[in-house]
Amino acid sequence: MSKLLSALIAGLLFGLGLLLSGMSNPAKVLGFLDVTGRWDPSLALVMAGAIGVAFFAFRRAERQSHSLLGEPMQLPDKSRLTVRLVLGSVLFGIGWGLAGICPGPGLILLGMALPAGLGFVLAMLLGMLLLPLLLRCCS
Amino acid sequence: MQIAWEVFTPAAALAGGALIGLAASWLVLMNGRIAGISGMLGGLLDRAGDWPLRLAFVLGLLLAPTLWWGLIGPLPTIQLATPLPRLLLAGILVGIGTRLASGCTSGHGVCGLSRLSPRSLLATGCFMLSAGVTVYIVRHCLGWA
Repeated sequence: MSKLLSALIAGLLFGLGLLLSGMSNPAKVLGFLDVTGRWDPSLALVMAGAIGVAFFAFRRAERQSHSLLGEPMQLPDKSRLTVRLVLGSVLFGIGWGLAGICPGPGLILLGMALPAGLGFVLAMLLGMLLLPLLLRCCS
Repeated sequence: MQIAWEVFTPAAALAGGALIGLAASWLVLMNGRIAGISGMLGGLLDRAGDWPLRLAFVLGLLLAPTLWWGLIGPLPTIQLATPLPRLLLAGILVGIGTRLASGCTSGHGVCGLSRLSPRSLLATGCFMLSAGVTVYIVRHCLGWA
């Protein structure tokens, strides 16, 4: 199998999982994040289901130098807990909490041809392009 | 804490989550790559050397609703009441934040936690907390929809 077809299949499976789990619906994500309101615990089970499966795959992957298609295993080797990591995650969380959309569901909403999906994804890409400029200004 | 039982969907959440885990497993075992969506997009913007693979993965996500529609039928309901200015601000913050933190809900939350990575555990704790506080402020202090 070609590696591009394999990556396409992974993306399709991921997207079907997001749709099935309900996480492509921003109201459902906000219902999880709203712990002090009427709480919808679904997202916690999505994480548990995903980690319960992927844990075994990553344990296998960590022991291998190459993938089944012969590609080098590219796993992150960073281990330092940095201010950058914390600050970035906090900013991401604020954005996530404002609309209930993270990058995967954003792409799903765009794939459903929803104008809000297009707006969110374009703004997200703009943010990704802005970061290097912001870092240059601040350093 | 009050659980909203009428909207809680444990079976679909677990099954959908398992499918997401299968997708991440597939990508790492077949291609040797982490299924991090913000990372894939960021590399595309930087025109990284492996952009075709990133594009294939992103295309898969974009085409998933069409595949769902063809295989299963009508797409799940989407409820999104966020006004446009807030939606755009949300997108910009998600873009800046995920790039600064090198990951989002998929890269840190699913793949990183599956690898028991301390960095991903810290990242996931931070974005869950800040997202929860944001929703609290927006809904319960400001009283916005």
